[in-house]
Amino acid sequence: MTLSREELVRYNRQIILPNFGVAGQEKLKKASILIIGAGGLGAPNLQYLTAAGIGRIGVIDFDEVSLSNLQRQVLFTTEEVGENKAATAIKKLQKLNPDTKFEGYETPIDSSNALDIIAAYDLVVDGSDNLPTRYLVNDACVLLSKPLIYGAIFRFEGQVSVFNQLLEDGSRGPNYRDIFPTPPPPAMVPSCSEGGVFGVLPGIIGAMQANEAIKVITGMGDTLSGKLLLFDSLDFTSRYLNIRSNPENPVSGSSPTITVLIDYEAFCAGPALQEEVTESITVRDFNQKRSEVFLLDVREDYEYEISNLGGINIPLGAIEQRMNEIPKDRQVVVHCKSGARSKQAIEKLKKAGYTQLLNLEGGIVAWQQQIDNSLAVY
Amino acid sequence: MNIEIIAFGIAKDILKSKSVSLELNDASTVETARKALIDRFPQFESLASLQLAVNAEYVQDDYVLQENDEVVLIPPVSGG
Repeated sequence: MTLSREELVRYNRQIILPNFGVAGQEKLKKASILIIGAGGLGAPNLQYLTAAGIGRIGVIDFDEVSLSNLQRQVLFTTEEVGENKAATAIKKLQKLNPDTKFEGYETPIDSSNALDIIAAYDLVVDGSDNLPTRYLVNDACVLLSKPLIYGAIFRFEGQVSVFNQLLEDGSRGPNYRDIFPTPPPPAMVPSCSEGGVFGVLPGIIGAMQANEAIKVITGMGDTLSGKLLLFDSLDFTSRYLNIRSNPENPVSGSSPTITVLIDYEAFCAGPALQEEVTESITVRDFNQKRSEVFLLDVREDYEYEISNLGGINIPLGAIEQRMNEIPKDRQVVVHCKSGARSKQAIEKLKKAGYTQLLNLEGGIVAWQQQIDNSLAVY
Repeated sequence: MNIEIIAFGIAKDILKSKSVSLELNDASTVETARKALIDRFPQFESLASLQLAVNAEYVQDDYVLQENDEVVLIPPVSGG
């Protein structure tokens, strides 16, 4: 795959790098990369990998640009709120590099389509925002023998690694399940919308992922295969932990038990899921009996100010101190933004002897989507 | 003996600090440290399945700890 004169100029600053050269640039041109999620991590990956001259890039994201994305997803602009992220990203990136071929997938990735989509690429970058997708993408990459560039963020902290890389001895490097064999309960894995995220952090972590992707493709330097990088932007420390391949890894160990993709939502929900079903209420059912119940809103004060359902506002962290404000002899419906914090609040109340507790499924977000579109979302 | 616990992610919320020191009997294993953490921070129970790293290496539960070892708690984070 030879380079045009224009390409030699465009990529000159990396072609002249030691050990990169025309050969390195040709490897990038021949390569194809799939980026899962065009969000905080996806955007910097997309920008740097497009700029670097990757031949073909796939972008998968079913979601739309929202106002609360723009604090960190710097690829998008205010006027693009409401547009699909994958399509919008491709439209802009094509201008950055007209030679790159793009493929957009405006659909969620799941067990039914992951193998087909991933099989068409040489390397995968994980910029997803939830645990089930992370296990899914990991397993699919192991089953298809694709290297996976892992990145994940929470508040001020980021994690980066290279999984399943082909090593010199012909074996594959460790993967996600070697570090996290068992998912913790969902309440212990808050998303960015539940836990918050420092705006610059995905830029840092996403750029690190792009760095590793280019190294894996060109064969330059030493990658983070076999290492997990932990970065804390608040005290600016980095730590590297050594990961080993666990022979008992269910997808890559010596006697694998996962040979096809499984139901990852159920896998990550754990046994707690059944418990939750019995003690939750849908927004529609709640709407019917709204006047009969005590509504407890466990979000923070400022969230309550943006929009509320008229419940009593006691933030999750203040439940213990303000328990006397919550009646024991009435049906209490607890809600938060999307249902995770309210579940934690219910656990706290149960321990204090409350019995008539229901979790509002999907929180105020579900209410906004299904009952009252006029509510402000964030 | 004294070991140092360093927490990341949600584990930091449970320990209410980035690091705490834990007093254990000499030659305690990682499993003992895990139980001692649950005794002191009951909420840590929900992270009981977490793999622990000692001095930057992921280790199994029967690993024997030494004075001043640094045990790192890294829960998975999902944000992207």
